Amino acid sequence: MAVYILKRFGLALLVALTVSFISFSLLFMAGDPAVAIAGENATSEDIALVNARYGFDRPMIVQYGDWLGSAVTGDLGRSWYFDMSVTELIADRLTVTMKLGLFAITLALAVAIPLGVAAAANPNSIIDRFALFLSVVGQAIPSFWFGLILIVIFSIKMRLLPASGNETWQHFVLPTVVLGYYATPAIMRLTRAGMMEVLSSDYIRTARAKGLRTRKVMFKHALRNAIIPVVSLAAVQMGFMLGGSIVVETVFALHGAGYLAWESIARNDLPTMQALILIFSTFYILFTFLADVLNAWLDPRLRVG
Amino acid sequence: MTDTTTPTDQPLQAPRNKPLTPGQAMRRRALRHKGLMFGAVVMLIVLCVAIFAPLLTQYDPYQQSLLARMKPPVFLGGTSEHWLGTDGLGRDFWARLAYGARISLMIGILAAVISGIIGSTLGILAGYFGGKVDMVVTFLINVRLAMPVVLVALAVVALFGGSLVVVVSVLGLLLWDRFAVVLRSATMQVREQEYVAAAEVLGASLPRILFKDILPNVMNHLIVIFTLEMAHAIILEAALSFLGLGVQPPTPSWGLMISEGKDMLLFEPWLITIPGVALFFLVLAINMLGDGLRDVTAPEGRN
Repeated sequence: MAVYILKRFGLALLVALTVSFISFSLLFMAGDPAVAIAGENATSEDIALVNARYGFDRPMIVQYGDWLGSAVTGDLGRSWYFDMSVTELIADRLTVTMKLGLFAITLALAVAIPLGVAAAANPNSIIDRFALFLSVVGQAIPSFWFGLILIVIFSIKMRLLPASGNETWQHFVLPTVVLGYYATPAIMRLTRAGMMEVLSSDYIRTARAKGLRTRKVMFKHALRNAIIPVVSLAAVQMGFMLGGSIVVETVFALHGAGYLAWESIARNDLPTMQALILIFSTFYILFTFLADVLNAWLDPRLRVG
Repeated sequence: MTDTTTPTDQPLQAPRNKPLTPGQAMRRRALRHKGLMFGAVVMLIVLCVAIFAPLLTQYDPYQQSLLARMKPPVFLGGTSEHWLGTDGLGRDFWARLAYGARISLMIGILAAVISGIIGSTLGILAGYFGGKVDMVVTFLINVRLAMPVVLVALAVVALFGGSLVVVVSVLGLLLWDRFAVVLRSATMQVREQEYVAAAEVLGASLPRILFKDILPNVMNHLIVIFTLEMAHAIILEAALSFLGLGVQPPTPSWGLMISEGKDMLLFEPWLITIPGVALFFLVLAINMLGDGLRDVTAPEGRN
C-alpha cells in the first residue's frame, strides 16, 4: 500500500508540473505581456522599463522556472489589476469557494445516495424511472441558465432569497443548489449501479436467507460495499466543481475563486489567471489522489495487494 | 413463396423463417427505442431549422429596429409579426434563434470532430501498442483531466480573441479525453480478437490493421462519444458566450442571447427562457441520441 501511494503521489506531482508548464506557456504565447502592461500607446522606452521590472524579455523557460520556484514557496506574484499579492487575494476568495463546494457536494450526496439506493432496490419502478429522468434532464440543463431561472423564481417572483453577493448563508442557497445539481446525476448513477451489482451477489442472498430484515441487509451489508466507488467519485466531483464554480459564482456574483477567475480573465490580469489555473488543477490532482488513496484504504483487496 | 405460418403481427417483408441480419436487427431495435427516436427527431428538426433558417424567417438576425424593441412573443400577447418577439435591440427573436442553431451545431460538430480525431488516435494507439505508448497516453489523459476546462478556455478566448475559429479550436483541443479513455479500452479488447492476430500473421501493414480491423470495430464507441462530446461542446460554447468570452456579439449565439437577456430578467424573463429551452432540448436530444445508439449497438446493453 505504501508503495502504491508513493507511486501515485509521484504521478500526481508529474501531472501537476506538466499542467503548470502548459498553462504557463499558453499564456506566454498569447502576446507580449510588456505591451499589455505598458498600454497601447507605449513607447519602446516604456516597454523596456516594464521589461526591466518584470523580466518579460528573458527566455520563457527561465521565467517559468522563476515563477514555479516562487510558487512553491507560496509567492504567486502580484496581481496587475488588484495590485496586491496574488496569494493573499486567492486565499481570501478560496474560502468562499471551498464553502460552496462543501455545501454542494453535501447536497449532491444527500440527494443522490438515497435516490440511487431506492432506484436499485426497486428496478424499473416509478422511483427508478424518476431517478433516470432526473439524471438525463439534469445533464442537459446549462448551469448558468438554471441559475438565472432560480433567480427569477426565488429572488424576483417570490423574494425569498438574495440574487447576488455572499454576506449571509442565504446567499449560498441558490449557488449550492445549482452546483450540487450538477454533480448529482453521476453520483446517483454510480450508487444505483453499485447497489444493483452488490444486491445480486451471494452474500446478500445469504443474508436474506438468514432472515435478516431488508433494511439491515440494504444498509449494513449492501450499501457499505456499494459506497466505495461513490466516495472516490465524490472526491473527483469536488475537483470538477472548482471548474463549475466559475460559471455559478459569476451568475450569482458570489465573490469566490471562480468569480475571481472570471474577473482576472476579463481584466487581463495574467499573474492571477496563471495562479488560478495552477491552483484549480492542483486541487483537482489532490482530490483525485485522495480519492485513489481512500479507495485503496477502503477496499480490502487493494489494501492488501 | 408464401409462408403460411407468418403471424399477422409480423411484417410481411420479414418472413419468420429467415433470421434477421445483424443490421436489420439493429435497425429494428433502433426504431423501437423511444429515447433514440426522440433524440433523432429533435436533432433533425434543429438541423433543418439551422439549414433552412433563411426560408423560415424573413428577418435578418442582425437587423436592429428601435421602433420594435422588446415585443413580447405571441403567447405573451405579442403579434404574429414577430411570433417570438424581439430583443432589446429590436431584432427578431425567432430569426436569432434559428440562425443561432447554426452556431451551436457548427461549434458542436467541429469541436467534436477535432477532439474525436485527437482522442481516438491517442486511444487507439495506446490500446493497440500498450506498454510505453500506453503509459505516455495515460499520462496525457491525466494531464488533460487536471486542466480546468472552463478556466483554460476562458483564458485562451480572452487572450486570442473570441472568434468562431478560436472557440472551436480551444474546445476541440480540450474535449478529447473521453474519446481517448473509451477507445483505449475498446481497442484493448478488439486487439485480443483472433482476426487481428490473423491479420498480423498474414503480414498486414500497421495502417491496414488499424483502419480495417480495429477502427470499424470500435466505431460504435466513437459515434456514441462523438454525440456526447458534441453536446458538451454546445453547452460549453453557450457558457463561454454567456460569460462574454465566447462567440462575440452581434453573432446570434444562444448563450449570448441568454447573456443579453440577463439584464432584463426582471421584466422580460422570456428573453432568457426561450434560448435556454432551445439549448436544453438540443442538448437533451443529442444525449438521448447518444445513449440510444449505445443501447442499440452494444450487445451487452440491449435490455
